[in-house]
Amino acid sequence: MGQQPVPDHFKVVPEPISIEEVVSKVIHPHAGAINTFIGTVREITKGRKTLYLEYEAYVSMAEKQLFKIGQEIAERWPEARVAISHRIGRLEISDIAVVIAVSTPHRADAYEASRYAIERIKEIVPIWKKEFWEDGEAWIGDQLERVAYPSGKPEGLTDD
Amino acid sequence: MINVLLFAGIREKAGRDTIRCERKGITVGELKLWLAETCPELADDMKRVMIAVNEEFADDSTVLKDGDQVAVIPPVSGG
Repeated sequence: MGQQPVPDHFKVVPEPISIEEVVSKVIHPHAGAINTFIGTVREITKGRKTLYLEYEAYVSMAEKQLFKIGQEIAERWPEARVAISHRIGRLEISDIAVVIAVSTPHRADAYEASRYAIERIKEIVPIWKKEFWEDGEAWIGDQLERVAYPSGKPEGLTDD
Repeated sequence: MINVLLFAGIREKAGRDTIRCERKGITVGELKLWLAETCPELADDMKRVMIAVNEEFADDSTVLKDGDQVAVIPPVSGG
């Protein structure tokens, strides 16, 4: 058994995320590497200009699912420590939507586990993004842009 | 009584964030059919959503109990 994730390290929050605070949760004497992933609001998507975004979440389940990602990482990278915060509400261009921090004894595992975390967020965590443009608005994932759960379980990724 | 939570585009289309279902002993699959009948504007979406029961993804065969917290989960887009 390696590091078990700490429930309090997996948060969905309405206020701006402190990168420092998320990173501080994974600092540890056994760590030789801390990898942070910071997801920010992009202005141009597929040639279209975004004015701002809104994120909505099923907060209680979303935090549970983020914790589940922590458990999956603990199985694959037993020495990793993980913290994830995802913001909800209205976000402006370049605002921080998600911060993932992973610490491991050696750098390769920190990079891999961090990538794993963001990809799983896009598969199994009930958080939704709405884009607002000059000429309209739409919930992403709700426009048949991706295959929606044909197997009855979340799967399929976009590069958003 | 089953309380069904709605989110994102589904919530907007339905114009509300919860729907109460009084049917007894139905499965997740039957709940989706009931939702499609009750809210025709959601019929198409019901083919593409997941259902969570008490904050866990559930298959169509899952039988719902009185008091379960059920949520309709459209394709997610966090990150």
